[in-house]
Amino acid sequence: MADRQFNKDSVRNILLVAFSISLICSVLVSLSAVILKPRQDANALLDQRRNILVAAGVLSEGKTENAEGQGIQEIFLAEFEERVVDLRTGDFVDSSELDRNYDPIKAAKKPDQSIRLSADSDIALLLRRENLTSIDLRRNPDGSIRQVILPVRGYGLWGTLYGYLALQDDYLTVAGLSFYSHKETPGLGGEVDNPNWKAQWPNRRIYDSTGEPAIRLVKGMRRDDYSIDALAGATLTTRGVENLIRFWTGELGFGPFLKKMANRQGAVSL
Amino acid sequence: MAASKDALVDPIFNNNPIALQVLGICSALAITISMAQTLVMCAAVIFVLGMSSLIISAIRHWIPINIRIIVQMIIISSLVIVVDQFLKAFAYEISKSLSVFVGLIITNCIVLGRAEAFAMQNPPWLSFLDGIGNALGYSVILILVAFIREVFGAGTLLGYPVLATVGDGGWYQTNGLLLLSPSAFFIIGLLIWVLRAWKPAQVERPEYTIAPNLQYSEHYQHSKS
Repeated sequence: MADRQFNKDSVRNILLVAFSISLICSVLVSLSAVILKPRQDANALLDQRRNILVAAGVLSEGKTENAEGQGIQEIFLAEFEERVVDLRTGDFVDSSELDRNYDPIKAAKKPDQSIRLSADSDIALLLRRENLTSIDLRRNPDGSIRQVILPVRGYGLWGTLYGYLALQDDYLTVAGLSFYSHKETPGLGGEVDNPNWKAQWPNRRIYDSTGEPAIRLVKGMRRDDYSIDALAGATLTTRGVENLIRFWTGELGFGPFLKKMANRQGAVSL
Repeated sequence: MAASKDALVDPIFNNNPIALQVLGICSALAITISMAQTLVMCAAVIFVLGMSSLIISAIRHWIPINIRIIVQMIIISSLVIVVDQFLKAFAYEISKSLSVFVGLIITNCIVLGRAEAFAMQNPPWLSFLDGIGNALGYSVILILVAFIREVFGAGTLLGYPVLATVGDGGWYQTNGLLLLSPSAFFIIGLLIWVLRAWKPAQVERPEYTIAPNLQYSEHYQHSKS
């Protein structure tokens, strides 16, 4: 150094360098986080809506436009409506009572907004379940309900699978299933993303004649209303998917809501 | 001029951080499953490694020796967080599939290794080139591994089908092993083999030699002589 007095290892310089580096770096990091936050939130919302559209069969995987060239937001705002359901009673609740940033998955971790699941009822291995969650209704142009899209999640082999289950207007028949986040083994359990496998789901019925969740994943194709071909080489993922569908269509999931809505339609009495 | 060219080009084949120094293997195993992820990861590493070497080298005369590693880590991790935030804002899909591995660039031994071994002793421009060169060396290996894993594991390249897989009604039976992390170990091992066959100077001298098996009589003579 040109300055002969300068000693970079003096206590004064150590404190000075530590302080100024920390200050500059923290400003840099916070600036980038704050400036980019709106864009990131918009991306997250868009991604969530895209996944809802994929489960509803409006968009194919990896696409951001439908055949008519409409974008995600356009389709979503035209046909979909978000509603809040109280899972304890199975009734709609007024969404204006909820915080705008309410997140059902975060709520499931808070004791005052969720219930603890007992070991034998917790087949999807969630530990806790939120009381309020949001679902999406897809409407026909005349305003009648065309599909209902329910958020589902449960433990597979390596982690939790998050997805949407779309049901037809009778609330009892599957319209589609799609997972937007999972950690299953690519090529084995990761085949839950395979369009050919997902194509088996539409028109399966979620309850048997006694009103119990009836979807099952079994080896080999069976031509009945409840069976889906299991994934080869992915027993634990398959079991996880079966359990999570059964949980979310069961009494602790959307069971009360779906049965109420189905009964109201007079389609069947369960 | 020659020095700066060496700093840039040498780490690509002659002193490759993955193949010769065997650093940065963690991310090489985890994210080489698809080419798109790999390219984004490589771009992130090139940016972080180039900038961190440049910044650390520029302030190297002021960095106290006792806290130098902490100072390097703060700079590296800040750069990584900024990159991660940008990916979340502009490449959301890919950042979701890269998940924690962008954040783990902070702990990539190559980055801290270049900061400590090169940038602390060399001028900024040379350090910058050295950082870019090492990141390119890392990228070359990752792209090769990702190419093999995606083409033969999934039958696609950058998501576009190149081999008609059985699952889609074609002829190619995908190799599931290539989609699992251990396959990257095998591929990197084979690449190291190929590289050392091409450049024998990279073969390490054995640390010891095993004594030959001797008959008793030979042994007896051996010890007498």
